[in-house]
This record gives sequence, structure tokens and C-alpha cells, in this order.
Amino acid sequence: MAQTGSTPTRVTYDFVTRAIANTLGNPSRGYFVLLGAAVTLLAIGITCLLFLLRYGLGLAGYSHPVYWAVFITCFVFWVGIAHSGTLISAILYLFRSGWRTAVYRTAEAMTVFAVMTAGLFPLIHIGRQWYFYWLIPYPNERGLWPNFKSPLIWDEFAIGTYFTVSTVFLIMGLIPDIAAARDVATGWRKKLYALTAIGWRGTNEQWRHYTRGYLYLAALATPLVLSVHSVVSWDFAMAIVPGWHATLFAPYFVAGAIYSGVAMVITLLVPIRKLFHLEDIITVHHFENLAKLCLFTGLIVSFSYVTENFVAWFSGNADERAGFWFRAFGSFWWASWTMNICNGLLPYLLWFRKVRTSITGLFVISIFVNIGMWFERFVIIVVSLAGEPYTHWTNANYNATWADWGIMAGSFGWFFMWFLLFVKNFPAVSISEVKEVLPPPTRAKARAGA
Amino acid sequence: MMMPKALADIFHPPATPGVLGVFGHLDATVEAIEKLKAGGHGDELTVYSPIPRHELEAAIAQPTSPVRMWTLIGGMTGCGIGAWLTLYMSYDWPVVVGGKPVGSILPYVIIMFEMTVLFGALTTILGLLFNALLASRHQGTIAYDPRFTNDKFGVFVRCGADQAGAMEGVLRGAGAEEVRRA
Repeated sequence: MAQTGSTPTRVTYDFVTRAIANTLGNPSRGYFVLLGAAVTLLAIGITCLLFLLRYGLGLAGYSHPVYWAVFITCFVFWVGIAHSGTLISAILYLFRSGWRTAVYRTAEAMTVFAVMTAGLFPLIHIGRQWYFYWLIPYPNERGLWPNFKSPLIWDEFAIGTYFTVSTVFLIMGLIPDIAAARDVATGWRKKLYALTAIGWRGTNEQWRHYTRGYLYLAALATPLVLSVHSVVSWDFAMAIVPGWHATLFAPYFVAGAIYSGVAMVITLLVPIRKLFHLEDIITVHHFENLAKLCLFTGLIVSFSYVTENFVAWFSGNADERAGFWFRAFGSFWWASWTMNICNGLLPYLLWFRKVRTSITGLFVISIFVNIGMWFERFVIIVVSLAGEPYTHWTNANYNATWADWGIMAGSFGWFFMWFLLFVKNFPAVSISEVKEVLPPPTRAKARAGA
Repeated sequence: MMMPKALADIFHPPATPGVLGVFGHLDATVEAIEKLKAGGHGDELTVYSPIPRHELEAAIAQPTSPVRMWTLIGGMTGCGIGAWLTLYMSYDWPVVVGGKPVGSILPYVIIMFEMTVLFGALTTILGLLFNALLASRHQGTIAYDPRFTNDKFGVFVRCGADQAGAMEGVLRGAGAEEVRRA
């Protein structure tokens, strides 16, 4: 930020506090329109879910052998979205990247709400949702325990840990900022922030323990974020379905997750910056860095696409070859080519600085990347199952139903509703960390200014 | 709502007498800390700042936070619980598949890892809260200014009325914008 000369000189400690605290004022009409759209989508999703609960999974489009479909696609998509939050808040923190300070809170909140969204889908998918607790190891009358050799149980532990740790990380980062908001707020907000700041005053003792605690949380979250999507990838890689059974899956999924997550951060930051007038704090420099991150992970993803196709051909395994041929030229060719174009070709536009520094251009690209990454999961899950070449139902057809699409739309409503409620009630940009990268007020600076 | 006395003692320690200086500049704050430490008042200091700064940490020269021990103990406990959970449950209801080991360590490492991170993170938070609460108990209820979370730095010196005048002089001499007794 300040080190790069990208922040205007009028941005001082006081400016930062006021600018970010102002985002917590009365909502504008635009905010209510967005919130209304999110709640409408959620209502559609809840309605479809109620029908599904009443009449069973037959309402979804499952057909043999495609028993993992839109719900699991959405699960992997939302877990993936979550990943860039931890990358930006924890990994870039350990690397001391100054530019992360203006964007990490949005990314971190996105992480928590995306994991909350992802966690719904396995519960919806299991059929008898009221028995979800069978996944938890608890003493029961049958003396049964979960099978810890199953990737699905690894997944439960990984997602549960990820949700807990990322929530703790978000709340911990919020405490000094809530205290700053408390000290400039009035009315009911002052009471809310006084309660949630849990007595934070910024004393040397508080900072001493806080900075250490934050460092260790970041150090714990860093391997966690890499493990979570690796474990999600093993849900597939441990099976023998062609297109799934590959050692490439863990790094491929982690890179894809960060790619889609960074794209979603851009999608969210563009309207927030405009709506909350944060142009002086979230600058083009921040978007350019996010774009570079997007480009880097996008290149890993497109390299992975090439690798898995090459390996399918080079292995000489007829089933692998048939599976990948079906992906490209079978009945789901449109899904595969949407994925290839959005994820494999579009990121190359980010080589150009002009594109990286165009907010509108980045917003459009980020939406296409989100679409592409949803289709990537659809291709991996649905198309691989539909194209299983060694079953009697070779190249089965699969059609998602209104229940699938309705619940998927509801998940977007659920995610955006929580996100919008968060950014209006808690600082969407870190007040203390943005100040950390500004030059501190000193007597020499004051003399030079005078 | 009235808080029980035992809790009130913890969360609202009695007021501490002293002098509070409000600073607009980081280097002036550092100078005040150094002067007070040189005068033998290092143990009576509380420094407020809107952000953590290395200059302040160096001037105060506090020992490293013990929070890391909480992280270590929590992480090791979590790893142990993960190992116990997986191995005990496997042998309690053995499912033998293809003659392979009932307790298979390699996949269980994943559960052990996740539990290490989970317990490590939760105990870090507990350690942070416990140590910060302990420190505030030690300091008592000290004077505060809402500008300390915005753009001002603060130095509070615990002292009796007999020393307050001298402390005010030190803080003003270092460049405090405001000085007041508490």
C-alpha cells in the first residue's frame, strides 16, 4: 500500500478509521436491493429443499451411475471458494505481504460463509438428512464407530476443523477493529461493539498476546488450507473412476480452489468498494495483485488440465482414454468446453497490465472464472461418472432437475445474505491492519508537513 | 444487570491511580517510554496504540508472550486425541478387509493432523484470552481515551498523588499533547 506509493497521502490513521466506520452506517437503497435479491434466492432454495425433504432425493436428477451430481458439485465449488480467504489472511500474512491488509477481511468473511454454504450440501445429499449425526463418532447402542479409512470421514474432520479455525481467525482479527468502531460509534451500534470488542483497548499487554496468537493461528491455518482441499480431492482420487483416480488431484484441487476463491474475492470487492466509497483504501494496486494471484493459480489449473489429458493418453489405459474422450466429445462436451475456455484460456488475458488494472475487465473475468470453476467440478463429478466406460450403462445421461437448480440458487442466496449482513454490521476492511502499512505519525513527518 | 462480585472482581478490577499522557506521534511515545524506564518506572507503564509497532515493542522490551505454550500443548493434545480416537475405535469394532491391518496409521495421520490444528487453534485463543485477562487484572482499571484505537498513542503510569506531578513533567517533556491525572 503506502510502500508502493499507491495510497493517496490524505489516507491517515484517522481517515482510515472514519472511512471504514462510515461503511457501518444506515444501508443505502442499493444495499437493500442486493440483500433482497439474496433473500429471494434463498427463499427459492428453501422451498425446493422442503419439497426434497418431503418427497425424497428422487426429485433431484440422480440416475445410475450418476449418484454424485449437482449437490456435490456445489459442495466442492463452495469449499473451493473458501480457500483464497485463508490464503490471503494466513499465508500472505506469514509472507508479510502488505497489500493483503486492504482485502483480507472480505476474503476471510467470504471463507467462513462459503464453508457454511458448502457444509449444507453433504447434509442435503445424504438423503435421510435427519440422521446426519451418524457421521460423528459418538457412543451408540450398536457399538459402531465411523470408518476412519474412508475419505468421507476425513472430509468431515477437515471441513469441521476448517470452519472452526477460519471462524476463530475471522473473529480474532475483528476484535481490534470492533473496538475502533466502538470508539467512534453512537446508539445501539456502540452497545453492540462494546459487547463484541470484549474489552479491547490496544494496551501493550493485549497487543503482545494478540500478535503472537495471530501468528500461531496463521501458522496453523496455512497447512490446514492446503490439507482441506487435498482431502476433498481424495474423496474422488481414492475411487477408481477414470478421471478421478490420479495423484495429481490434491495440488490440482488446491490450485483450483485458490483460483476460484480469488476470483470470488474480486467479484465481491468491486461492488463493495463502490457501494461503500472505499476507493482510497482498496486501490487498483490491490486489484492488480489479486489478478496476478488469479493468473498464477489459473496457470497451474490449465497446466493440470493438460497434464490429466496427457496422462490419460500416455497411460495407454483404455478406460482412462475413453473417460477423457467422453469428457471432450461426449454428450457433455458443452460443460467441458465451458470449463476449458473460462479456466484454461481466459486467465491468459491477465498477462496484460491493461486488463489487470481495469476494474470492469477484472469483474467480468472473475465472473467467468467462477462459472468455469463450477463447471470444472461438474465435469469432474458428473461427466466422469456418466462416462464410466466399464459399466452396462455406458455414457449414461444425466439431467439436473428444478430441485437441483433451485437448491443451488438458494446456496448463492444463503452465501450472499450472510456476506451482506456481515459487511454492513462489522468492518469489511481491517482498520488496524490497513494502518499498519501506512507510515506512522512522527514529529519529523509533522514538521515536514508544516 | 448486576454482575456477581466474584465476576465483577475479574472483569472490573478496582480503579488504579496514575497519570495518562496522550501522544500524537510515535517517536514522542517511544521517548516517553524510554524516559520513564530510565527513571525506574518501567513496571508501572501501560502503553496504548491503535496498531502494534516494533518501535514500541523494542522500547517496552517485554518478554515473548506465553501464548505459544498454549498452542504447543493444545496441538500435542489434539494429535494424541486424534490417534486415540482412530485406533481405539478401529480395534473396538474390528472391520477386517482383505486381511489388511485393522489400525492403519497412514490414513489416521489425516485425522491426527486435523485434530492437531483444531486443538492448537482453540487453545491459542484460550491462551490469548487468559493471558490478556490476567494482565488486565494486574493493571487494574486504568484510564483510557477512545482516540487510542484511532490515531493517538497513550502512556499510563501507575503512581500515587505524591509522584503524579513528576510523571506529568516527564510525559509533557517527551511531547504529550494532553496529560491528565486519574
